[in-house]
Amino acid sequence: MSAFRRHLTSRVMTALVVVLSFTAVLALLLILGNLVAKGASSIDWAFFTKSPVPAGQSGGGVANAIAGTAVIVGLAALIGVPIGVGAGMYLAEYGGGRLGFLVRFIADVLNGTPSIVVGIVGWTFIVKPTRHFSALAGSVALAILMIPMLARTTEEMVRLVPNSLREAALALGYARWRTSLKIVARTAMGGIVTGCLVGIARIAGETAPLLFTALGNLNFTLNVNQPMQTLSLQIYVYATGPFDEWHRLAWASALVLMGLVLVISLAARWVTRQRYGSIR
Amino acid sequence: MTSLLGRDRSDRVYRRVLTGFALILPSLILIILGVLFFNALPALERFGPSFLWTSTWDPVAEVYGAAPMIFGTLASSMLALLIAVPLALSVAIFLTEFSPRWLRQPVAFLVELLAAIPSVVYGMWGIFVLIPFLRSYVVPPLKALFGWTPFLQGVFYGNSLLAGGVILAIMVVPYIAAVSREVLLAVPASQREAALAMGATRWEAVRSAVLPYGRAGLIGAVILGLGRALGETMAVTMVIGNRHDISLSLLQPAYTMAAAIANEFSEATTATYQSALMEVGLLLFVLTVTVNAIARILIWRVARGAAVGSKAL
Amino acid sequence: MVASANTRLRLETSRLTARFGQHRAVRDVSLLFPAHTVTAIIGPSGCGKSTLLRCLNRMHELTAGASVEGEVLLDNVNIYAPDVNPVELRRRIGMVFQRPTPFPTMSIYENVAAGLKVNGRRPRPEVDDAVSRALQQAALWDEVKDRLHTSALELSGGQQQRLCIARAVAPQPEILLLDEPTASLDPAGTQRIEELCHALKRLYTIVIVTHNMQQAARVSDYTAFMYLGSLIEVGRTEEIFTKPRVEQTEAYITGRFG
Repeated sequence: MSAFRRHLTSRVMTALVVVLSFTAVLALLLILGNLVAKGASSIDWAFFTKSPVPAGQSGGGVANAIAGTAVIVGLAALIGVPIGVGAGMYLAEYGGGRLGFLVRFIADVLNGTPSIVVGIVGWTFIVKPTRHFSALAGSVALAILMIPMLARTTEEMVRLVPNSLREAALALGYARWRTSLKIVARTAMGGIVTGCLVGIARIAGETAPLLFTALGNLNFTLNVNQPMQTLSLQIYVYATGPFDEWHRLAWASALVLMGLVLVISLAARWVTRQRYGSIR
Repeated sequence: MTSLLGRDRSDRVYRRVLTGFALILPSLILIILGVLFFNALPALERFGPSFLWTSTWDPVAEVYGAAPMIFGTLASSMLALLIAVPLALSVAIFLTEFSPRWLRQPVAFLVELLAAIPSVVYGMWGIFVLIPFLRSYVVPPLKALFGWTPFLQGVFYGNSLLAGGVILAIMVVPYIAAVSREVLLAVPASQREAALAMGATRWEAVRSAVLPYGRAGLIGAVILGLGRALGETMAVTMVIGNRHDISLSLLQPAYTMAAAIANEFSEATTATYQSALMEVGLLLFVLTVTVNAIARILIWRVARGAAVGSKAL
Repeated sequence: MVASANTRLRLETSRLTARFGQHRAVRDVSLLFPAHTVTAIIGPSGCGKSTLLRCLNRMHELTAGASVEGEVLLDNVNIYAPDVNPVELRRRIGMVFQRPTPFPTMSIYENVAAGLKVNGRRPRPEVDDAVSRALQQAALWDEVKDRLHTSALELSGGQQQRLCIARAVAPQPEILLLDEPTASLDPAGTQRIEELCHALKRLYTIVIVTHNMQQAARVSDYTAFMYLGSLIEVGRTEEIFTKPRVEQTEAYITGRFG
């Protein structure tokens, strides 16, 4: 092949790579742009403070869904964070053996499990025996989704702590558990918090596992034994419904949900920079 | 002077507590499998293996066969990979090989953000933006060029295999891109430099040195994307049309396993109906776990034991 | 081997062998460290000097695949006896590493107090006293007394290493192990640490591992030369450096290998 053709090929392929990359990024910008363009105009004070009005009428808000999202996600974090972080600490501190290998592998495999299947587990253990839909069942499903993700990010973050710090603490007469908690985990805390925030951002947008656990609720409630609305469920119902008014609210809800996810993600980055950047 | 003697039990307690947390993960996978299996047992007994290849789904007659949704799941995921793989690999190659330094962080962040968009938001965007776009600008030229093939028969009403495949493609790009990027970053600089030193152009270095070195990991990344696409629920449910039918045409409505569970579970009133949906769930779970396990083994071969892509996934 | 008559505390190794898997990093070493002296362990890289040091406070065994045979006697108690708690042991033996290892999440004050807290809660004034005493012993007090509650990471490398010495001496150990403590420091920082060794031997028995022979000659009372895991020669520092008895020692200190 001539030198000219080789360099031409190189140029063409490089250009192709660049064009395709920007196509991918463009998709994101397009979606975000649409969200703002179609959602922003519907967001006002009432949107945040009122609950939905009956179908066909205009007005109303998503206060019930915002509160529900906070309750369900908060409860899921309460269940999932200790287990996920604990498992991650195990992987980082004692994960060298066969059990560590197995747990790591299962965490990675579970990370890709369809969330709808996890919803079935929440339904089987809580909805079926109690004979009613509940926010609690949704929280359990979301917690299960969080655990493998947190285990792996926690492990990664704890592993970044230099071994010399661990040795220094042990040489000072720290027992292993104290070294692990007071020195290693504390040094990695920024990273662990980041992992938790990213995990929370991910489950905040989940819908599928809530369809037959939390179900949705047009009224405002904070009772976790009752069906409860979330932003994601609300978007699903409104976007697939027949009314223009619903579509308008769906866009606005999507913008709020996306904003929530973005704020948590950015907070996660900020935490990393504040606390963790210092030791590297 | 303190004594040297004495035992510390707290270390053992600490280790046991952490081990207990870790053991929850293997338990979870067994619990999920057990729940699905026992719930699906009536359907498994009643329909046997023919559940996989029969197409009737009739809640009134209580006859169920999952072939259409198995077909739809595979077809939509394949279509998604066909579109997503070139895009995602381009992003990964661009970020590791060609991008100016100042552009890497912002582009990587934007792609990461793409993974953070909730599925239901993608679905809504699909309904209101993507489908009208496909109807006006994509389907007419496609029909004009390839209308004679079996893949473009019939009228395009919007909700279709095509819409489902495209929305899935957009959704799996960030996963494949993030994992591929980490795989490419794990390729030693010496591989690339050796090729460049022999007079290769930058593209030739990528094609002849970098990509072959990371091949197992890149295939793993694509398979991981496949696993995501197979199990993706909301966005697909909202745009694929949800019809129990096997059609080769991309323009026709289809169904996926995940969408069937999402749509029909709360209205499944009889035990057999419910059990049939559970069997669909069991199939989906076993399929995705297998696909993910294969992907992980391939990725671990390149980046040993690292939680590659854990931030994106 | 010469031991001073007023020895209050004895630290010695007896036929000590340390392994990494099959590899014997320390071979059959018997060595006495006299109280209130500085003993330097020298030798070429990989001669086992750091491993020997890490056997003295049972840090060696924390490495995967590591094992120890023989004895290390602290006041005639074998620290490898099954009923000895290594955590208790390490509270009596302070250690400073090659690179400064301040705890990044802690202030200067908290770093120095870190080793005190593990021995149970103490009243605040007592901790304050111990912290300032340790910082004075490490010759760091004047530089940090006005910013005790700022991050330890803001200190220079030399200051961080002295902070680590302060942290090691704050719980008032009896022995101080220094593992190439000046390896990452500039000449000024090195000199301050060397001066500290002289000052601190009144209070502690010091064992220092160094690859730098001039440093060994400057700071130590006794010098032990190791090669390929074995103890080749030990004696008063001036004797080792002026009239070594073993040919290998002479070859090493005159720079013919290593």
